[in-house]
This record gives sequence, structure tokens and C-alpha cells, in this order.
Amino acid sequence: MTDDKSKEKPARKPRILDRKTQEARRRFLRSLGLAAGMVTASMVGFIPVVRGYNPRLRPPGALAEDEFLASCIKCGQCVQVCPVEAIFLADIMDGFGNGTPHIDARAQACDFSCDGLQCVLACPTGSLTHDTNYPHQVRIGFAELARPDLCLAMQGKGFKGRIRAQEPGFKGLFRYVEIDRWNPLPITEQEFDREICDLCIVHCPIEIRRNQCEAGEPPAGDVNQCPPTRAIGLEPDPGGGMRPVIYEGCVGCGACEMACPVTPAAIVVDMTKNADTVTA
Amino acid sequence: MKYLGESFMQLLGRAPTKPEKEDITPAAQKIHFYKRSQKLDMDEVRRLHDEKPNKNKWLKRRWATLLFVNLLFVVSYYFDIQLLEGALTASRFLGFHMADLNSALQVMLAFKTVLINLLIGTVTVFILWFLVGGRSFCSWVCPYHLLSEWAEKIHLWLAKKKLVKDIPFHRAIRTVFYVIFALLAFATGYTVFEAISPTGIVSRAIIYGPSLALLWVLFLLLFEIFVSRRAWCRYICPIGITYGVVGILSPMRVTYVLEDCKHEGDCRKVCLVPHVLDVTIKGRSSDTRVPIGADCTRCGMCVDVCPTNSLRYEFSWLEKLK
Repeated sequence: MTDDKSKEKPARKPRILDRKTQEARRRFLRSLGLAAGMVTASMVGFIPVVRGYNPRLRPPGALAEDEFLASCIKCGQCVQVCPVEAIFLADIMDGFGNGTPHIDARAQACDFSCDGLQCVLACPTGSLTHDTNYPHQVRIGFAELARPDLCLAMQGKGFKGRIRAQEPGFKGLFRYVEIDRWNPLPITEQEFDREICDLCIVHCPIEIRRNQCEAGEPPAGDVNQCPPTRAIGLEPDPGGGMRPVIYEGCVGCGACEMACPVTPAAIVVDMTKNADTVTA
Repeated sequence: MKYLGESFMQLLGRAPTKPEKEDITPAAQKIHFYKRSQKLDMDEVRRLHDEKPNKNKWLKRRWATLLFVNLLFVVSYYFDIQLLEGALTASRFLGFHMADLNSALQVMLAFKTVLINLLIGTVTVFILWFLVGGRSFCSWVCPYHLLSEWAEKIHLWLAKKKLVKDIPFHRAIRTVFYVIFALLAFATGYTVFEAISPTGIVSRAIIYGPSLALLWVLFLLLFEIFVSRRAWCRYICPIGITYGVVGILSPMRVTYVLEDCKHEGDCRKVCLVPHVLDVTIKGRSSDTRVPIGADCTRCGMCVDVCPTNSLRYEFSWLEKLK
């Protein structure tokens, strides 16, 4: 018995590993730790996406948000071609949306002054789908009279002077075709005098195109550029004033939001009504 | 075939293997036999190092190229000359589509649709980097590589003062990351890696202005300075594997010539991926001329440091013409 025990003893002793094996083991465990840490860090990007912390207006022709995030290669070519510099790239706070393009309509809306949808043409991955050829096929969002009580037209008021000229840092550009066919101009430099404020309608790229088409001068001489349905118009409100009513033809470009002279804007683009939820 | 298998397995993280005696050519065996009787004369090596002209020849050329490519994006955008539009992830060079192979792969996995423009860009870049050496993307173009090189200098300086110690990981972990990021893109439908890739983040920051995402890059650099030398490139970045695979058969490479090598090992000390230079250890070379494996970034640091010109750039198709 005693002999047996003494024979077993050396086997029971904890194995003393040589330094090389020990180091290899530590290295293996460290590597697992690195993998776990890095994967965790990368998955943090899920949170802002799933929670929808940063709802974004995407450039014209953007696919539904999930498909958009899957396909965008984050190169910013859309940023570079935009003539009014409406597009910016999201930062790391957008999680997986880091580096994806978006528009802040109040600061600078897409006014389609490139006519040809340059951002769509520039997109190498089809995140901005090449099925989109004309502005009226776009569905960035959908305008909404979010603060009717602030709207000048609803109060029966007009507007005289310059839009948002006192607002520090506002450098919004808009192409006024009748003034300059090719170059977008600062909104704040234009004088307006409207009996009833209809600046949202005046600045609506869809309405402008419809007017051009009715006058027999479609943009670029192409009748395909003519939007089939109206986007916005003033209608008498039961409350006494005039109400900006948004029609089906609205593409959510946000030009109305940018041009709304009151602060905060009475009319804004509703991001929940985009390519995901409403078919253009 | 044996060489390609070894090259590929090293890229995935396996340690280099010693060649069997029957795999060593008679000419190389002869040199090995002769060298076994030679002792390393450090004075001579030091003298050769001192005598070598242009010690930073390739470093200068490489940094100039890297800065040129990245600044070309900026200049093109700033002056609106449409020379090189976009960022490193995808761009247009004189109107031709280019797509970073790894970014394109992540997008294809997440989106599960391949648009013709992306395919054109991917094929163009594949051919381009096949010709210029695969991982040469890393050392000659990737802007994070340059930042990481500077971080490495700080790390080595601190290590010399014994203030930090390099903590290595298992190199195969990079292959694990490669699979994980591919699976994540496919399963979640988001390009998870792209959101944290310092290559994309730094490239965009150079072109479109600074971002908070640079803090993540700073964190990675600090990790490399204080914890583990060149950790991102060595153990994590899947871009390296993608371009490494492209470069396996590339004609553009660094070649090792056995004959004059002193085996003092200075090349391995400066190398980002020193395992590819294990062939320079005494007795390890299977032939008198051996191309360095796919994991090599063709950075030329070894070419610069080698006192005997035993490591040199080669374009194999041209060698055949000679």
C-alpha cells in the first residue's frame, strides 16, 4: 500500500511547466482577452443604431436605413460632388453609422441645384440607389407643419426682408434659377416681400420644377424632369390664416425647413416618414 | 508549392517552420556548411553598417509616397480638380472606380448584393495591388501605418529605457478577427469593422476634417506605445490579411539572397512582421535565393538596414527576363 502511494505521489504533483510553455499559455489567454475586448468594443456601435439615438436625413436616393448602413462604404464621394455642400459624414457617436453621409436640412438642405443628382451618380455601392434619376423620385423624408402656431401664414402674416439674416452662422445656399442658372446663392442675401408668407412654397424644388414645366420650360429641357404631383401649397385654414399643406409629391429635401423665416422652423422634415415607411 | 503553403500559413499566424534537410537545395546546403565554420564578427558587421550609404533610402521614398497618395485626396477635393475623389475605402482616380478590397468585402458580406461599380473598383484594385505586392498597401498607403510607425519609435525608445515592455499576442488571433469581422458583417448586416477601422477613420479625417473617432485611433496608438508593439497591424487588422492573400503570388517582393548574409539579425529587429525573415536565421534558408512571404508589407526597412544587400526588392517577372 505504502509503496503504491509513494509511486503515485510524483504524478499528483502539479506539473511544473517550463518557462516557454508557461509563456505560450499566457500569450494564448492574453490573445483571447484581446479578441473579447476588441469584439466588445466594436459591438458598442450597435447601441446608437438600435436605439436610434441619431435619426438622420440621408442624401437623395438612399436605401432604407438598414440597407443603407449595410451598403455604404463610407468614402464621402457624395460629400465631394454636392454643389451646395449639404452632405456631412457622421462621427463615431453614430456607432455603425460612423462615416455615413447625412443632411442637416435646417443648416443646408438639398435644393437639387445639381439637377442630375450628382450624389447618386457618385455613389460606388448603390447605397444611393441608381434607380433614382429625377428629384421627384426621391424620398428623403416628408415635410410636416410641426409648429403651426409659429407659422406666419397661419397667422395671416406676410414676410418682408431677408430670411434668417440675423441668425449667426447660417450660410444656407439656394439656387434661384431666375437670378443665376448655375450658382447657388446665399439665402440671406435675397430680399423678399410677400403679402402672405409662402417662402416654403417659393423654395420648394418640386413646386419650382412644376412651375417651369407649366411655363413650357422644363429643367434642362427634359420633360422627364417634370414632377407628376404637387409637393406643397397654401390652403385656407379654418382658423382664419393660410395653412401650408404638404402633398404626396413632397420628397423631404428640407428646402422649406431651411427657408422658413421663423426660429425654430415651423415646417420641418419628418424623418420617420422616409424611404422606409412611405413609398415615393 | 511548399513555399506558397508556408507563406500562406505564416500569414494566418503559424510560426515559421525549419526546412527539412532534403528540402534544402545542394547549393544552399553548401553555403550553410561553409558558414557553420564562420564566426560572426560583430566589428565587421558594424563596419559594414557604417559604410552603407542611404540608410533611409526606402523609408524616405515610402513616406513620401504615403503622404503623396493621402494628400492627393485632399488636394483633389480642396481644389475640386477630380483627380482622386472619395477616401481610401472607395474612390475614383481620374474617373475610374477604385474600392479598398477589405471595405468592399465587408460591404458585400453585409449588403449581400454586388453593384457593378463596386465590382469594377474591386477588380481594378485587386490587379493593381497584385502587381505592386499585396501588403504594400499597408506600408506604402495606409495612413494609420505611418502613425503607428511613429508610435513604434516612441515604444522602442521607452523600451530601451526599460519603462515599457512589449507584450506579444498570438499572431493567429488576427485570423480569428478576420473570421469574426466577416461573420459579424454577414450576420448583423452592418459593416462592423468599417466603423472602427483606423485606416478609414484617419483617411476620412485627413480629407473631411477631424472627428471624435480619432480618439479611438489615439487609444489604439497609446496601446501600441505602452502595451504591445504595433498591436493593431500585427494582431488585429483584417485589411492586412486581405492584401496579404492578394500578394501571395505577386511578382513584387523582397528577396533574400543567402550568400553574403552575416545572419546578425538586424533585419528582424526593424521588421513589422519579423517571422517572414526567419529565413535569414543561420541554416534556415532552403535556397540561395528565397522570396519573402506574403505577410511582408514590402516596406523596405530590412532592405535599408541590411549591410550586405542580402535583402533586396525584386520584380520577379523582370528577373526571368535577365
